[in-house]
Amino acid sequence: MSIIFKHARQLVVEIDEFINTAEKGVLVFKEGVLNYLNNEKESFADKISDIDRLEATADRLQRKIDDEAYQHSLLPQSISDVVSMLDRVDELIDIAKDNLYLFELELPFFPENIRNEYIRLTTTSVEAALCVIPAVRTYFREPVQVRDMLTKVYFYESETDKISRNIKRKLFHEMHELDLAQKIHLRYFALHIESISDKAQELADALTIMALKINI
Amino acid sequence: MITLLFLTSGLFLGWSLGANDAANIFGTAIGTRMVRFRLAAIIAGIFVIIGAVAQGAGANETLGDLGSVSTLGAAFTVALAAALTVFWMTRLSLPVSTSQAIVGSIIGWNFYTNNPTDLGVLTKIVATWISGPILGGIFAVLLFMLLQLATRKVSLHLIYKDVITRVGLVIVGAFGAYSLGANNIANVMGVFTHSIQLTPLDFDWLVIGSKQQLFFIGGIAIAIGIATYSKHVINTVGRSLMPLTPEAALIIVLAQSLVLFIFSSQTLSSAIASIGLPPIPLVPVSSSQVVIGAIIGIGLYKGGREIKLNILGSISLGWIATPIAAGILSFFMLFFMNNVFKQEVGSTEIKRILQTETEPGSLQKNRPITYHPDLLQNDSLANL
Repeated sequence: MSIIFKHARQLVVEIDEFINTAEKGVLVFKEGVLNYLNNEKESFADKISDIDRLEATADRLQRKIDDEAYQHSLLPQSISDVVSMLDRVDELIDIAKDNLYLFELELPFFPENIRNEYIRLTTTSVEAALCVIPAVRTYFREPVQVRDMLTKVYFYESETDKISRNIKRKLFHEMHELDLAQKIHLRYFALHIESISDKAQELADALTIMALKINI
Repeated sequence: MITLLFLTSGLFLGWSLGANDAANIFGTAIGTRMVRFRLAAIIAGIFVIIGAVAQGAGANETLGDLGSVSTLGAAFTVALAAALTVFWMTRLSLPVSTSQAIVGSIIGWNFYTNNPTDLGVLTKIVATWISGPILGGIFAVLLFMLLQLATRKVSLHLIYKDVITRVGLVIVGAFGAYSLGANNIANVMGVFTHSIQLTPLDFDWLVIGSKQQLFFIGGIAIAIGIATYSKHVINTVGRSLMPLTPEAALIIVLAQSLVLFIFSSQTLSSAIASIGLPPIPLVPVSSSQVVIGAIIGIGLYKGGREIKLNILGSISLGWIATPIAAGILSFFMLFFMNNVFKQEVGSTEIKRILQTETEPGSLQKNRPITYHPDLLQNDSLANL
């Protein structure tokens, strides 16, 4: 009996640690992008190594959680849902890491007159992710509350879309000083930043269904 | 050896009871992969035997009051008739209960041997069949409300909830198996307790009487039924009634176990009687019907939209059709046993000897003579 509880306790700790790691990863992404936009090169380099480490930790934890849950047949009814949800959480940190690396590799140039829009885009997109992660935690403790917590995610995701559209409009309609290659390059970076909130929305959709299933 | 041969019908009944009724106890737990079949079978097997030996006497007495099947041949036939009825009705997908089959079978014996059926006892038994599912429903609703309250007050992590539910299913399953053994062993071995007298086993600190030994053997038959065939039943019919969550299964199994326990606990019945209330009748009840009662109870509590009312009709049909079918089959099988295989099946022979010994020359042909089954317990008559 105590062995079952020991495994359960270990799994709870690992799940909590995994969610915390993902949350930190998203925050590091936000800070990293802001560092890049503000030309703080040293801090940006730190964030790159931070997100690298966090992503590796998240991957290791996710593998452990999957192994333990299947090995001890924990949550037999909802294990596949839970595993796929944690996979989506992992995608958040994966995509945050990939995008931050793109800044380092492609060194995009952000003109002064559009920088603020990119800061707003980053903050809003990350906010969607930061709202969905507590809902993941809540799913494990009070699934009834999950639905209410997701309203903000959808709000920030739609705000991100609006900001992204405005950026693209500005790039292609107003900023005639940029050549097409630059415009397309910056458009891609808007898409990269936007992808964080898109992933947050996908996770929110999955959580809504899972919370409903568990409450029936 | 001949005793063992005659006992086979009871053992077959026990085997089929174990194979069918384990689904009510561990069906959902196994179906939802919360508990492994191997663990469930071991726990159920052990506790069903403990329940049968420790607490099986109460319900057995009530069946004895309905009809003390007095000879080994009759006991074999009565149990076989009940077993065949269960088998036949299961094949026809009709609702069936071992408890109701054995009662019908005993009444068939009463008719064949001209023994009066005590209507008071019969009423008590039938009333329990009706009140069992109702009580199951009431218990299930109360437990469901309690669980809802506890879930609202304590916000446990899903993983802890899973582990607690798992442990709960095992504990409640063990209690369910105990109650099943205690309540339903009378169906399996009840008819044999008057015709088979085994030598008591004296261990100085513990004496195991004849009845307990028979209940132990019957318990083993039930346990074998659980181990060998219940998995098949769980996989085919065990989940057809309604898909249950492990939490709902916990409540339903607990409600069922409580009902079966109440209708088999002599201590509880005496305690109730000691405070001036009518004692609880100790009667074998159908665990499947109590489970259905519990599910309907929760369904009604949740608004009643998901309830299939035709299930209620099926239960009522079972209450009537099973005893009648078993009774008729028992009557005809006793006739064959008596007249074709020349086996004594009850009081007919004793009646004749009694008349010859006590009133020589005064017998009138075809004169109806009745006797009380308790006469058979009389030492001077037992040797006849």
